[in-house]
Amino acid sequence: MSKRIDVKDLNVYYSKFLAVEGVNINIDAKSVTAFIGPSGCGKSTFLRTLNRMHEVIPGGRVEGEVLLDGDNLYGPGVDPVTVRSQIGMVFQRPNPFPTMSIRDNVLAGVKLNNTKISKGEADVLVERSLQGANLWNEVKDRLTKPGSGLSGGQQQRLCIARAIAVEPQVILMDEPCSALDPISTLAIEDLINELKDQYTVVIVTHNMQQAARVSDKTAFFNIAGTGKPGKLIEFGDTPTIFSNPTEKATEDYVSGRFG
Amino acid sequence: MTSTLTPVRKRSALTRGQLPKAAPYIVLAVALILGAAILALIGFNAFGWGIVSAILFAAGLVGWSLVVEGARKAKDKLATCLVVGAFLVALLPLFSVIWTVLINGLPGLLDPGFLTTSMNGVTGAFDNKTVEEGAPLLGGIYHALMGTLLITVLATLISVPVGLLTAIYLVEYGEDRALARAITFFVDVMTGIPSIVAGLFAAAAFFAVVGPGTKTGAVAAVALSVLMIPVVVRSSEEMLKIVPNELREAAYALGVRKWRTILKVVLPTAISGIASGITLAIARVIGETAPILVTAGFATTINTNVFSGWMASLPTFIYTQILNPTSPSNPDPSSQRAWGAALVLIILVMLLNLGARLIARIFAPKTGR
Repeated sequence: MSKRIDVKDLNVYYSKFLAVEGVNINIDAKSVTAFIGPSGCGKSTFLRTLNRMHEVIPGGRVEGEVLLDGDNLYGPGVDPVTVRSQIGMVFQRPNPFPTMSIRDNVLAGVKLNNTKISKGEADVLVERSLQGANLWNEVKDRLTKPGSGLSGGQQQRLCIARAIAVEPQVILMDEPCSALDPISTLAIEDLINELKDQYTVVIVTHNMQQAARVSDKTAFFNIAGTGKPGKLIEFGDTPTIFSNPTEKATEDYVSGRFG
Repeated sequence: MTSTLTPVRKRSALTRGQLPKAAPYIVLAVALILGAAILALIGFNAFGWGIVSAILFAAGLVGWSLVVEGARKAKDKLATCLVVGAFLVALLPLFSVIWTVLINGLPGLLDPGFLTTSMNGVTGAFDNKTVEEGAPLLGGIYHALMGTLLITVLATLISVPVGLLTAIYLVEYGEDRALARAITFFVDVMTGIPSIVAGLFAAAAFFAVVGPGTKTGAVAAVALSVLMIPVVVRSSEEMLKIVPNELREAAYALGVRKWRTILKVVLPTAISGIASGITLAIARVIGETAPILVTAGFATTINTNVFSGWMASLPTFIYTQILNPTSPSNPDPSSQRAWGAALVLIILVMLLNLGARLIARIFAPKTGR
């Protein structure tokens, strides 16, 4: 239940502004891939093109191909909603639905689409998803309480539970720990390690130790200067990127000698 | 020998002189007495007393503070006096209106049958009898109350779907297109339309489509909708705009379609604000007189069919009772009925405002643990 992603010559635009240029990358199934790079280099923008969330922003468009197990996400007639139900996403700031209980938040992907589900099946799905997000023990006694009453780290894990409840092939995470304390971060990182047994995980992070800890492969993005497009500089096995990169820019960035 | 103890001082080095806690009350008492004395010289009246005392109070308190506490505190006191003064000036007309209507309206409202009977068959002869022989006051506002409620409900039924859907288009689909900008502009223009123009528009439209002289509750409801729609659009738009974009993206990322996202995520999140906005829009049009006068006419009998026949309403009832008393020689009973109706109208508006707060509280997203 996981698929690989191959990106071919992808250019990402905001209206006329070219934000990310010429990305070629192959993301293996059942692996964790980390995107690192300075702020504004387009790694979040690029991540959002992988489940067609980029075009939600007015003026957002792309050129090129993103293949999910060989099927082009941007092919003619492809419904972005189908794409997003296969490729889930966790955002930088935890964003549980404030009008829903913890249980309803987990079931949001099912319920918002009006899919019929019996109470028994729903209970199983809620427990499995919350177990999968390492949150079950903390919230099992208050499933009917609002999700906004949880702590930040719990909310973020609730959002991960919500994402895996729709059983996607791929999970995209856009700096999922940047708003969390070290303990919650550790919980999420443990979770990512477990998730890769079943899912393909792509994570954007500003924290290089985190990239080194959780990912199998790392992609380094960089930007030549303000107003220039971001580019994929180097992509390879995480140990190689951090200890023996081929590009000078990558070495400067991972060793902290940037700029 | 040097002591490590802090020398005992009378005052902290960090403070300057301070006014006693009771200072404002002392100044107020002095200002009131002085004000009364000054007014007594030039002829006493309560309004002048209030003004003179307020000025004396502000000057006294600020001056005293300047001497004891210094310039900064004095400026602070001056600003406080100005803010509180402006607040009192703003409240004065409100309390005055409520007081006047309460005093004049209560006798009418407490009259038995005032809320349950209409003016059907109540002629000047009855009013003359009431005044001259002390017979019980006949006639009530039941027909007008029903008319106001029916017309307002129909106007709400028309305005809310139109206004809410317009707001949804503007916020969720408009994307600053030419059409969206045009709608925003015309909604702004509509907000400023005089209510009589809305009435004339509705009357003319029905004259042209249904037939000349068409005056029913429905025409009045259309006229009120013209006034209500821009208010509903504006308030709903503001409420939809403050729904965080993250929630929409969260729903999209779960593979939820846009219309379902709007229906099940955006609207429930904003519903408390939208509902209270709608309630306030209703409160805004429920007291309109002019548009109802030219569209629904005025009736003295109970008419609960908004699609046929003239219809009374509270504002037009007040207007006709004052302008054309039932008994021209003894206008007092009519005036009492008019004040009673005014009190009922104000109570309705207050209930609507309370309802808006209640709705906002009930629908507000819960944050408990």
